[in-house]
This record gives sequence, C-alpha cells and structure tokens, in this order.
Amino acid sequence: MKHLLAIADLSREEIEAILDRAESFAEVGRRDIKKVPTLRGRTVVSLFYESSTRTSASFELAAKRLSADLVSLKAAGSSVDKGESLKDTCATLSAYDPAAIVIRHPYAGAAQLVAGWTEASVVNAGDGKHEHPSQALLDLFTLRRRLGPLEGRRIWIVGDVLHSRVARSNLVAFKAMGAAVTVCGPPTLIPRGIEQLGCDVAHSLDRLGEADVVYALRLQRERMTESFVPSIREYAANFQIDSRRLGPRQLLMHPGPVNRGVELSGEAIDSPQSLMTEQVASGLVVRMAILYELLASGERPEPAAGVPEQSPTPIGQPA
Amino acid sequence: MRSGEGAELVLRGATVLDPVAGIDGVHDVVVRNGRIAELATPGGELDGIEEVDAEGLHALPAFFDPHVHLRVPGQEHKEDIETGTRAAAAGGYCGVIAMANTEPPVSTPADVEALREAAREAASVPVGFLATVTRHMAGEELTEMGAIRAAGALGFSDDGLPIVNARVLRRALQYQHLCGGTIALHEEDPALSGDGVMHEGAVSAALGVAGVPSVSESTTIARDAALAGYESGRIHVQHLSAAESVAAVRAAKAAGVQITCEASPHHLCLTDEAVRSLDPRRFKMNPPLRTEADREALIEGLRDGTIDCVATDHAPHAAEEKEVPFEQAAMGVTGLETAFAALHTELVLPGTIELGLLVERMAGGAAPFDLDRPTLAPGSEANIALCDLGAEWTVGEDGYESRSANSWCAGRKLTGRVLMTLAGGQVAYRLRSFSLGVAA
Repeated sequence: MKHLLAIADLSREEIEAILDRAESFAEVGRRDIKKVPTLRGRTVVSLFYESSTRTSASFELAAKRLSADLVSLKAAGSSVDKGESLKDTCATLSAYDPAAIVIRHPYAGAAQLVAGWTEASVVNAGDGKHEHPSQALLDLFTLRRRLGPLEGRRIWIVGDVLHSRVARSNLVAFKAMGAAVTVCGPPTLIPRGIEQLGCDVAHSLDRLGEADVVYALRLQRERMTESFVPSIREYAANFQIDSRRLGPRQLLMHPGPVNRGVELSGEAIDSPQSLMTEQVASGLVVRMAILYELLASGERPEPAAGVPEQSPTPIGQPA
Repeated sequence: MRSGEGAELVLRGATVLDPVAGIDGVHDVVVRNGRIAELATPGGELDGIEEVDAEGLHALPAFFDPHVHLRVPGQEHKEDIETGTRAAAAGGYCGVIAMANTEPPVSTPADVEALREAAREAASVPVGFLATVTRHMAGEELTEMGAIRAAGALGFSDDGLPIVNARVLRRALQYQHLCGGTIALHEEDPALSGDGVMHEGAVSAALGVAGVPSVSESTTIARDAALAGYESGRIHVQHLSAAESVAAVRAAKAAGVQITCEASPHHLCLTDEAVRSLDPRRFKMNPPLRTEADREALIEGLRDGTIDCVATDHAPHAAEEKEVPFEQAAMGVTGLETAFAALHTELVLPGTIELGLLVERMAGGAAPFDLDRPTLAPGSEANIALCDLGAEWTVGEDGYESRSANSWCAGRKLTGRVLMTLAGGQVAYRLRSFSLGVAA
C-alpha cells in the first residue's frame, strides 16, 4: 500500500492488517517507554489546511512515537496565506524528501492530487466532505475490540450525513466488514442517492432499537441559517440520542467534537455505552499503524538500515 | 475571417454526404474560386488545380458551432481568436459563435466592432459574436441592444450566468422585436444550484461533493419558454444536460414557442460516473455531466429534432486553473478539435445514431442565428470537412491547436479524424501528416 486516500480503495484484508498492526502498537503503548525506532531518520510532513485537534495531534504524536522527524504545517501563517497553490506547496515540501505527507484539506480529492505530485506516501486526513479514512479505521478498531467481528451487526449513522466525510468513510468501512448500515437524519441532510452505496435510509429514530451501534454525527449550528433544519430545538427533538432513546445494550460513538445537548444529550455522552474516549485512544495507535503500513511494511523501495521488520522494539531495549 | 484567395482544388473520389441537400455518393468535389463548382463523376480531366486524393474519405458539410469561448478580451492566457479558430478549423468547423462573458464582457457596440475587426486579422474560420443581454452581465439593465445589433452582433447571451430576474428577460424579449437577434440562454436557478459543482445524485452522494439538481436547469427553461411564448420572442437554450430539460423544450416546441436548443458532445458521451475520478481538467463543467438516463434523453432529443444542434461550449482554461481540487477548479472543457470524432466514435460506430443525423446536427447551429446552413450543394460557398472515418488517434498525443489542454477527450482513443477543412471558401486547415498531391 503506497497511499491511504480513501476507505473505498482498501480490501477487507488490508483493513484487517492495519487493525492487527494497531493492536501491536496498543501493546507498546502500555510500556513505560512508548517510542519505537521504526521511522528513525525519515520525515513525516503534516499539512493541515483546516482546523483540527484530534486528527492532527494524533498523527503528529504517532509520527513521533515511531521516531520520525516531523514537519508540521498549518495553512494559516504559512505560504498558503500568501496565495501559494497546493501544487507549489507540495513541490516545496517534496524537496525535503518526506517519507509521508499527511494532509487535511477543505476540498474533495486534494490528497489524491498530492499523491500525483510527490514521491512520498500520502495519507488523507480528511478531504472536504469526501473521505476521512483514518477516522473510519480507528472506529473499526474501537468496535472490533468491543464487539469482535462486525459481520451481521447493525450500525446506525445518525445526523448530518450530507456534510460529513466521516459518514461516507464509515459507511463504506462498516459495509466492507460485513455490517448492515442505516443512515438516519432529516431528508434535508441525507444526500440524494446515498442508498446506492448499499445502506438503508431512515428519517426517524423509531427503529433505532434494532441498532447494535449508534454512530452520531456533529450538527454544525450554521446548518440552521441555511434552512437545512428549521431550528436546533426541532432537530434535537427528532434526532438527539439521549438516554431514553439509547438502549442499554447499544454502543454509542461520535467522531467529536460533540455539540452537547444537540446531537447527543449529556447523559448519553457520559453513559457507559459511550465509546468516545476509546475512539480517541484508538486514534493514536491506528495512525501509528497506518504510518507503519505505508512506510515500513516491506513495499518501500529502499529499506532503511536497522528498521525491524516485525514487531517494533521500544528504544532502550535490545532489538 | 482573414481574407485570402478562394480555394481551387478537387477532392478526388470523395464519399460526399449531405443529407439535408439529399447528396450521398462518390464524386470529385470541384472547388473553384472558393465555391463548390461541381460534384463531378470521378476521374474527369481537370486542369491546373490542386488534386486531393480523397478516395475512401468522406466530404461532409463543415460543422458550425454556436457556442464557443474565445476568451477575448481579457483572458488571452486561455485562448484567443487565432488559437480558438485554429482549433475550430482542426475540428472541421467552418464557423463559430463566440460568447460574450469575457473580461470585461462584450456589452457595447464598440466591443463588438473591435472583435469583428480582430477576427478579420486573426481568424481561420468566420466568427460571429454575441453581446451580453445585460450590462456588465449583472442581470439588471439591458445593453444597447439596437446599437449592438447595428454593430454586427448576431444576438445576445449572458452565457456563464442565467438571467435570474424574469422581468429583465421579459424586457429583453420585448425589445427583441425592435432589434432582432436570438437570445441564447444559460439556464440555471442559482438558488437551486447553490454551491453545487457536479450532478446531484448517487455519485455526488458518494463523493461528498455538492450537487446541482437537474431541476435547476429544467425549471428555468420552463419559465423562460413561457416568457418567450408570451412575448412571441425567440430564444436558444444552451447546453442542455438533463432529461427534464429535453422534456421542457419538447413541450415548448409543441406549444409553438420559437425555441431552439443545443447539446454538447461531452453531455452526449459522458455521465457523472466519470466524475468519480475527481479530475476537474476533463470532467468539471457547467452544466455538469448527468446520469445515463439523462444522456439517453439527450440522444433521443437529437434524434427527434428537439435538440437542433451540437455545440461544444468550448471553454479553454489554463493548466493552473485546473490543477487544483475538483471543487476549486474552473468550470469548462475544450471540445472543438474532438467534437466530430468523439460523437462518431461514441454514437455512430456503436449504431446509436446514423452518420447522416450527426452530420445534420453538427451543422444545425447556424439556423438559430439566421445564418446559412453549410451545404455541399453545387454553387454554394465551399464549407467542407474532409474526414477519414477509419483513422484512429489518441487525443492530445500531438498537442492541441487550442492554447489550453483541458479537453474532456484527453487521452481517449477516437476513430475518425478531420484531415482538411474548407471554411468560407478558403482552406482553413490541413492535418500536418495528410499528404497532398498536385495535378501534373
């Protein structure tokens, strides 16, 4: 695997390989010294054209845990502010010979474009409303740990599907692992034709009880001014996941950040069924696994000397 | 068009096809002083004129494109009159109509005069010019339509933008009775299109890219057809993309409205499935590529005459305007150099439409603007596209005549190629590798 651009590009085997690799990094994470030398001497560029907390933090920490040199760029304050094109920025960064470029961009296909302009492996950390593959992988990892195989499980994705790259990547990922997916939300926020991706569509939470997993999406408050919903209150009345609607055996997920009291009630967030903190923890090990799979799992042209091929060894211990 | 000598040549043994004129046979096409002198029995004695071995080749009435963007004035980094008309000649066209959405837009009589003068210096094929319907294309006040017509504009269009305000369009249709000139309309409701950049449907849902619903186009066509009917005005609907739009035009024609319309080769050959690649250079344009059902409806419209003509909407853009993420890229693709070959490859060879129908629709864009349809009837001005229908080529392999490379056909293998074009009685184009023999 050279790039991670879209979940749709991955086979089930490739997905499982990344999740298995993440398990081995979770084990490393329980040690005192959490750093491994896998990517020593190699450079990872993190290029964020959109604000991000958990994705950028976890990718950057993942690169550091793998001993890579990290160059972290935000669009604000960089030459992008001065009108430099994505192509020129990419050429500039490629001159540093990075092993990987992790990019988030407000428009669909940006990571794919960058992949055509650089020798580096490219990781899509979110492109417009299109894909967010590392989020889908960390969600699969979180669920696999809780539920085992997803074969035959029912997952409901609830909320603003129209504007959500997480919804798209997760829908494809859940389907790839054998789960049945229903997307649910007001008709204004469900894209026309989404059912052709192989999911059911619901416009009410009446049948939510059938779900093993409820995956809630963030509702941005500006959707009200654009008339996607008449009011936040009406949205919450119809689609908020609260303790009344969430059954005791159902798991609750959310990609964050949460609008407390809009798509989720406070008690649902804090309930034992909520996997949100586990999702964040999974984010780190899954992103380590992604960088490892792309940069260190055998397909690279010139293997760096001294890089272990199998399970990583913490620094300070004999390899 | 540049002035030059009328062509003197003979196309020996060409398969001559002009369905409108009822011509279909093998002839020596004799051109003297820029006019078709005779469709002669092959092999006759002819003195002192160039002989072109056209055996196995098709001589067709040259094509006419009522919708191109030559980008002059103001955007010469994309195209200009010289490169744009060279592209037209290479595609077998004997005439094009240039849109007015330049920088600044063509909105005054002086603008039109300056462009016509520039075309006399630089154009390989005759160029007609439209001016905008509204000042600065702002959609509010009418241009000096009478004076603009007197300066030689063929008609009017705010192409690139719809005329949102129905009252403004109504006034233009009323004023048309005074000055003439077809009003060509880019049909779209901006409120429905929103920030859409592709067709709204399963593919846009999968890509997370905002979509333009088909009804954005069709509802506006229905409104404007009603206005044209009410005012007895004359409109030409540009670049139909949706099945609902074909139905709207068909209904308006049945009701007696003076309405004509066009469809582009890319809408006739491609669907939104192509957009899965997120390649804006080839697949981002407005209106967007729609579904297979829409494509089939356009083809049916071509067959039954609801769609009068093929128009390329040739829209050149510089590389840097296309080498950006799909949603940010400029809208439009080039099409003049590939229109006939693409439609021949995609629609004629598989048997979807007859060659004769394609030939008819490729020249159908002249009549809506009161121009003579190109024809091969003896006595007519020589407007001929000489084509090798068996020639295979890869688009872009040898570059483009256009200044821009955003061809929707880039990299495609096409069958059928224009070898030589006569436009306005002059030789406008010869494919470089097409060898010519001169009579002894």
